[in-house]
Amino acid sequence: MDEVEARKTIVATLEGKKGKSKFYLKDFYAMFPEEKPRTIKNIVNKMVGEGTLEYWSSGSTTLIGLKGVGKQAGAEHED
Amino acid sequence: MAKHETPMLDQLESGPWPSFVSDIKQEIAHRKANPNNVELQIPAEVPEDILGVLELSFKHGRTHWKHGGIVGVFGYGGGVIGRYCDQPEMFPGVAHFHTIRVNQPAGKFYSTEFLRKLCDLWEFRGSGITNMHGSTGDIVFLGTHTKQLEEIFFELTHNLNQDLGGSGSNLRTPSDCIGQARCEYACYDTQALCHALTNEYQDELHRPAFPYKFKFKFDGCPNCCVASIARADMSFVGTWRDDIKIDQEAVKAYIGGEIAPNAGAHSGRDWGPFDIQKEVIGLCPTGCMWMEGDKLMIDNRECTRCMHCINVMPRALRIGDDRGLSILVGAKAPILDGAQMGSLLVPFIKAEDPYDEIKEVIEKVWDWWMEEGKNRERLGELIKRQGFQRLLEMTEIEPTPQHVKEPRSNPYIFWKEEEVEGGWQRDVNKFREDHKR
Repeated sequence: MDEVEARKTIVATLEGKKGKSKFYLKDFYAMFPEEKPRTIKNIVNKMVGEGTLEYWSSGSTTLIGLKGVGKQAGAEHED
Repeated sequence: MAKHETPMLDQLESGPWPSFVSDIKQEIAHRKANPNNVELQIPAEVPEDILGVLELSFKHGRTHWKHGGIVGVFGYGGGVIGRYCDQPEMFPGVAHFHTIRVNQPAGKFYSTEFLRKLCDLWEFRGSGITNMHGSTGDIVFLGTHTKQLEEIFFELTHNLNQDLGGSGSNLRTPSDCIGQARCEYACYDTQALCHALTNEYQDELHRPAFPYKFKFKFDGCPNCCVASIARADMSFVGTWRDDIKIDQEAVKAYIGGEIAPNAGAHSGRDWGPFDIQKEVIGLCPTGCMWMEGDKLMIDNRECTRCMHCINVMPRALRIGDDRGLSILVGAKAPILDGAQMGSLLVPFIKAEDPYDEIKEVIEKVWDWWMEEGKNRERLGELIKRQGFQRLLEMTEIEPTPQHVKEPRSNPYIFWKEEEVEGGWQRDVNKFREDHKR
């Protein structure tokens, strides 16, 4: 799998989702049904490190979304 | 005078047990007095506001914490849990009240000097309130503001040689008993295995990897002091394959009252003379012990390693020499589907560095769960949904009698068509030759 293409697919898919800003890791796996979950997990975590995506955590579960998208950052003055 | 009136919380101090309310009030007084002139980096009134917001929650019967947050430290996707108060003007000290999980040292061994450094750091940059230890085992720092997070992380990792623990959909901080460091029952070096797997799975510990939380816990023997069998998605419980070692002279000494049973643990009261029949042989769950004259006999094939006899007579009975561990999977607390205890997956495996065989089992389980687990589905729930037999297939472990809890209770082993000669198809006419309607 071409990692550059995968990154584009991830960003485009998330941008295309209306009314939802945070996603489970499994939602990312579903974008690449042929790939091993571990490969996708590594790309997603790398994209968080680079600042394209960001984590949101309840403490027990982690969700992932495009950085700065959604209510949280503004509401908590973390943006 | 207190910043907030807290009549309901004050009542919690009136019972016979130690109260966290008293502890927090002590911290309030300490921060006000500030005897060491610490330049507090978040407001001194944080502990007062925590009592205030809790009192309000009691009054309303609803929480005043918002759910979760985006905060963290660079490069990590766990270890920091964002917490925000929904009444920040009323309680400005806890407008941000983020939790930091600190990976506790293996076996919770640390020096008082290390503990002082942790407390000093938390007084300086946090609320001063800790939880020693959280249910996963971490040292929990309760409550700081966002700007302090990176500073605390730097201080912990650069000056205290201390990492953060796991949270969210990560591998949680692995937790172990004191093991061979102090305990003669330990069948393997729990600290070595805990440390090795913590290092091996750093990525899973610090960044989300799974559908939900995943816990490793390591118990050196079936006494299960860490309660891994009840709390860990994957528990590693020490065991042995050969016979319990018996010192018959010591057995006689217990019977004769020369050695106190239970290592003297119940000596606060006179329980009468030690009765081996009543206190040991009669309590053996499989009835595999008996006396022949003055000799204690054990049918080791029937022993389930319950540890009772060894606990009562530790100088007479000792764990065997062929030691290793059992791996159990799927324990969890009762969020969905009720609480579950772990199910035995690997009856016996040697625990020897570099633990390749153990890692192979772990990774096969993870691959299956990452592929098939639903969002927020614990491993134990996946096992219930798809069946233990599926787990055996995915881990390439042959079914054995030890996998069956009791006859006809959990028959994991079903024949498949390809395993049966002729498959499911048969010539009915030929069958009817031998079996009339």
